[in-house]
Amino acid sequence: MYSYNDFDDAFVRARVAQFTQQVERRIDGSLTEDEFRPLRLMNGLYLQLHAYMLRVAIPYGTLDSAKMRQLAYIAERWDKGYGHFTTRQNIQYNWPKLPDVPAILNALADVGMHAIQTSGNCVRNVTADHFAGAAADEIADPRPVAELLRQWSTDHPEFQFLPRKFKIAITGSPNDRAVTKAHDIGLRMVRNDKGEPGFEVIVGGGLGRTPMIGKVVREFLPKADLLPYVEAILSVYNSFGRRDNKYKARIKITVHETGLDKIREMVEARFAEIRPQFTGVDQALLEEIEAAFAPPQFRNAPVDAYEDFYKADPVFRAWADTNLTQHRNDSYAIVTISLKAHGATPGDATAEQMRVMADLAERYGHDELRISHEQNVILPHVHKSDLPAVHAELSKVGLATANVGLISDIIACPGMDYCALATARSIPVAQQIAERFNELKLEHDIGPLKLKISGCINACGHHHVGHIGILGLDRAGVENYQITLGGDGTETAAVGERAGPGFAYDEIVPAIERLVGAYLEHREGREETFLEAYRRLGPAPFKAALYPDEAEQDAA
Amino acid sequence: MSRRFTPKVVTANALLEGDVVYLTEDDRWTRHHHEAELIDDEAHATLRLLHAQSQPHLVVGPYLADAVAGANGPEPTHFREVFRTRGPSNYPHGKQAEAAR
Repeated sequence: MYSYNDFDDAFVRARVAQFTQQVERRIDGSLTEDEFRPLRLMNGLYLQLHAYMLRVAIPYGTLDSAKMRQLAYIAERWDKGYGHFTTRQNIQYNWPKLPDVPAILNALADVGMHAIQTSGNCVRNVTADHFAGAAADEIADPRPVAELLRQWSTDHPEFQFLPRKFKIAITGSPNDRAVTKAHDIGLRMVRNDKGEPGFEVIVGGGLGRTPMIGKVVREFLPKADLLPYVEAILSVYNSFGRRDNKYKARIKITVHETGLDKIREMVEARFAEIRPQFTGVDQALLEEIEAAFAPPQFRNAPVDAYEDFYKADPVFRAWADTNLTQHRNDSYAIVTISLKAHGATPGDATAEQMRVMADLAERYGHDELRISHEQNVILPHVHKSDLPAVHAELSKVGLATANVGLISDIIACPGMDYCALATARSIPVAQQIAERFNELKLEHDIGPLKLKISGCINACGHHHVGHIGILGLDRAGVENYQITLGGDGTETAAVGERAGPGFAYDEIVPAIERLVGAYLEHREGREETFLEAYRRLGPAPFKAALYPDEAEQDAA
Repeated sequence: MSRRFTPKVVTANALLEGDVVYLTEDDRWTRHHHEAELIDDEAHATLRLLHAQSQPHLVVGPYLADAVAGANGPEPTHFREVFRTRGPSNYPHGKQAEAAR
């Protein structure tokens, strides 16, 4: 993976030094909160409901064991012994104290990490397919390009005061695991008819108050044109994006109001203007970065031990069936470590768990870890013969839950347990749904089902693209939960449709149970997933299950 | 006739820890909601908020939150303010942990 060079290190250290003095000036009274607020946000420090929150960037979700251990150390030394992995592949600490934050940022800089541009109206952490570099279906590893974009966008003088925040996601696989169509810019690595590498460029996707699926602005962009083209899009957005209304300021609204053709025309014109300024320095840099992401030396060893263990141990087999994904090397597997133990907080890991994951990565995983937007941790390269040992170690610290892709593998934002913007809680709803379906022992029978919960309209929990989405709202001073159905965050992206009136806090879990019951009743067999059944049947049978009283009235 | 004024407390977050705090009648910042000054006059509420805003070296983001009189002092009315008096529901962290000690 990429390691900081002297320039990166000096830049991050300089920012820490600046912020250290800014914190001192805030505490001694020389800076007001109005003056300090934008400065702390530029360094990832929020003030939430009960405490400050520090959001640390994990660029394209990639970590090594040294970084993961440092995250564990920070959790123990300055927080309450855990961290929360987010839907943007970042980590958040929920309890830092203001005077400690400079020391935390220094500790991050020690391992080549920072919290820069994890807030504010700038280009945020570039996210990528969490199986990058390992997936069997991959055309190319998207991370070198993501790193190039990170370097280009960090402190980019033209793009520090955009109309609103800006999120870029990239995938190197046709199966989209990076939700590229719900980003301001989505990049899909493709090859043209001549076999040359490039990108399909998607623009104007997003969730939140006005969910939109991104539109293809350029079907094939040659690889070398990436930075000038992305810069052209940002430049058009910076000029024409609305600054009069926060809720209409994202590029999805610019694209929607202006029209895709007009946007394309403006982007291409700007691109033509700035393309000659890119003389190839970026491509030379990209070559260096690509070298840093060279694939590991895969081990050539027999996999019999894995196969024997798989046959003999049902617990291991259940875990292998749900939590492993095919690797591009047949002797290897991609391991998804579930941070969704039934009843636990989705995305949370204790310092001890982080250390175990770091140790496993170092010992069995070519020293690589990934954070997924689904709030799990990935060991991308594990030789199959090591899987029983990995599983055994994970079991000791509550990390061997066999539920990846199932109903209890829930994405949930922090909601009103932590977030100052939230309108309702998310975490306890996720905990109760996971516990309920675990009691019913139904989730393996239910099969693949993506349930996503947001505690406000901003949709950090991606509820719009959940097969089942839950949105928590404040209705006349009471928590109320709306259900959406049929959302999809993959290459066949779709925004879920609202099922009907919301449910009270104590009604939402039974409602989900009735909904899933309707699926089990109506599916054509185990092969038909919830989403497929919904697409075949439409919302009617699901609505009937959610609102049985109304169904009775209609029948009467 | 103007609408009846809903009683308020002045609340904010402490500058150093970010902890939820409430303004008392004798101008202290307390961690406990029931020690807050319950304000039932709109003009007085405005003055108290101005007083809070003049203390940026102690607190961040003061505002007026609805409250009612209870047996042991003011109690919050909205669920958000109830959560702020105790902490998150997934771990025994925040005020609820201090109360248990």
